[in-house]
Amino acid sequence: MEAVHDHDHHQPAGLMRYVTTTNHKDIGSMYLWFSFVMFLMGGVMALVIRAELFQPGLQVVQPEFFNQMTTLHGLIMVFGAIMPAFVGFANWQIPMMIGAPDMAFPRMNNWSFWLLPPAGILLAGSLLAPGGAGGVGWTLYAPLTVQQGMGMDMMIFSIHILGMSSIMGSINIVTTILNLRAPGMTMMKMPLFVWTWLITAYLLIAAMPVLAGAVTMTLTDRHFGTHFFNAAGGGDPVMYQHIFWFFGHPEVYIIAIPAFGVISEVIPTFSRKPLFGYASMVYATASIAILSFLVWAHHMYTVGMPVEAQLYYMFATMLIAVPTGVKVFNWIATMWKGSMSFETPMLFAQGFLFLFTIGGFTGLVLALTPVDIQLHDGYYVVAHFHYVMVAGALFAAFAGVYYWLPKWIGRMYDERLGKIHFWLSIIFFNVTFFVQHFLGLAGMPRRIPDYALQFADWNMVSSIGAFGFGFSQIFFLYILLKAIKSGEKAPEKPWDGATTLEWTHLPTPAPYHSFETPPNLKD
Amino acid sequence: MASDTSKLENRQTLKKLVFIAILMFGFGYALVPLYKKICEVTGVYSLTKPDEVVNTQVDESRSIVLEFDANSRNETGWEIIPLENRKTVHPGELVQVTFKLTNPTATTFEAQAIPSYGPKEAGQYVKKLECFCFTQQKINANETRDFPVVLVIDPELPKDVTTVTLSYTMFEIEVKSTTENRQASLRERQS
Ligand code: HEM
Ligand SMILES: [Cu+2]
Repeated sequence: MEAVHDHDHHQPAGLMRYVTTTNHKDIGSMYLWFSFVMFLMGGVMALVIRAELFQPGLQVVQPEFFNQMTTLHGLIMVFGAIMPAFVGFANWQIPMMIGAPDMAFPRMNNWSFWLLPPAGILLAGSLLAPGGAGGVGWTLYAPLTVQQGMGMDMMIFSIHILGMSSIMGSINIVTTILNLRAPGMTMMKMPLFVWTWLITAYLLIAAMPVLAGAVTMTLTDRHFGTHFFNAAGGGDPVMYQHIFWFFGHPEVYIIAIPAFGVISEVIPTFSRKPLFGYASMVYATASIAILSFLVWAHHMYTVGMPVEAQLYYMFATMLIAVPTGVKVFNWIATMWKGSMSFETPMLFAQGFLFLFTIGGFTGLVLALTPVDIQLHDGYYVVAHFHYVMVAGALFAAFAGVYYWLPKWIGRMYDERLGKIHFWLSIIFFNVTFFVQHFLGLAGMPRRIPDYALQFADWNMVSSIGAFGFGFSQIFFLYILLKAIKSGEKAPEKPWDGATTLEWTHLPTPAPYHSFETPPNLKD
Repeated sequence: MASDTSKLENRQTLKKLVFIAILMFGFGYALVPLYKKICEVTGVYSLTKPDEVVNTQVDESRSIVLEFDANSRNETGWEIIPLENRKTVHPGELVQVTFKLTNPTATTFEAQAIPSYGPKEAGQYVKKLECFCFTQQKINANETRDFPVVLVIDPELPKDVTTVTLSYTMFEIEVKSTTENRQASLRERQS
């Protein structure tokens, strides 16, 4: 424990401590709490959607408001909940896992976080603008975006700010990983979580500016007389889709890859075996990242592409299943003959593995052009991306929180309650989303407030599941608060299978300043 | 904490990464001309160009119902209608149809017509030789004008297609003050 010193940095107390902090642990916590608040807000919007869809007909909200709910729900969950959650993990864990004292640019780190609350307020506040928020879907397709009220401008600015925050955060993460590793921590010795974040950060730096460009073009089309997407002036709305999805497909891996990283830490720990095929995991992740820039038009099979292009995008998309398959294989091989135990983090990792793989398979189904032309913009797609984003990314985030909570706060969560949270989540998740496959196959379109009678039964089931899932997450909040207030004191190393630096070289809870002198890991 | 050399290293990494971010922002914009170019080269983007007709063999054995339709957008106040709603033609035959545009307002407009087809896939078999959609049109105040369209249905049109719809949407080319102009002229029209 020689790495730990007692420093008396003079810092303001109370709220000002958090406004001015440059400490990666404070900033990590703020990211995670911000993300949780946004998660609950996006969740309430999801419940408005599901309440309206409980029965056919219009009962709860007007169609315009319904569209604003689907739009904001998507944007808030993607940019406000999932992405900041994993940046929160990155902040807490990366310095501790590579033996660095803090992030490379602590002050910029503070800025990256504090850009988020104004962006979140702008995004949610667009509901109060005259005419409400944009009701255009999270993909912000032109030319609809050109015809919205000022709520749309607020959303565009919000995306600019969120993008800036992500890019700054990513620059910080890449620099930290490349330059601040402890002596002996070679690239190929880095924990896989660190590797996945290095790759994700590059994806973010390459993809977010393209989204920023797309929404800037929308903005200038709206107000400054440009005609990028406005057919009236020779613009082309289909071009918007190309630019958006050039960002959009890498974005889904920006969400998924850090989740892969968390899972790659949790499964070996609770199998008490090193990760199977470490190097192949690194290469698989990198090839997923590269391929993700080459398949975007699989979201656009119905725009009227030449058949050669459809064939290319179909095969290129299916190719991604190969490195993804390598990863799933390696996780399973890690557990093979391991001495496994099923504490809450491992349960969520198992849930991830099982359900994310289903999401991957439905992705393959959607990659098939003739099939997708039938299923596009329907509930099958909605089911697909909730399997990869909720049961994938969100479950991985839950696994990560339960796994690292003892290290962060020095207290244990209630194992029994954690397991209940897992079972409630996985059951209600499937009640909500599995049935949406049936709805999609039967032809129910997405983003509509009303539907034909034959879809009534499964929609009712799905809505019941959604409310169950929502309340299970309030229960999660209770588990967290209980652990923070009165959790049992955590042992130094609650998970005997853990091998990364934060568990082997630092006390529990992790001190405010860690690795001020780097650990020596040579030999 | 971080030594001076590592600070320098960090700053260099920062510069490189910021450069990539700026480059990618530019790349987003570069996609615009790139996209147009790719469409041009592959022939996808030919909405506003005359088609070349290679095979003008008239296929007397088939008849196709051609339907015409036209709309205007942006609450411009103009009306555009085809003089005939439908026509039965043979593939390969030269077809002429006239669209009539009336601008009852006291304002001059620049407009662009964009064609679309039903079924969508039939579009590539509708070969337009002459069309008011090839260029932007200036429409004077209170003007009424006839626009001829000359086209040929490609005999390669798949056998199962028996009806093809050609629809034009007349867009106003937006100038800065269009909205005010339009509102003023609409007010005029109402009074
Ligand atoms: C084997 C891997 C995957 C394949 C083959 C795949 C394939 C596809 C395809 C073809 C679509 C378009 C469906 C349509 O709109 O008609 C789609 C949609 C989508 N996918 Fe995936 N996907 C995969 C993994 C993922 C992952 C890991 C995520 C995110 C974590 C994800 C998130 C999404 C989202 C958000 C959409 C819907 C976008 C929208 O229209 O709003 N996918 N996927
Ligand atoms: Cu995709």
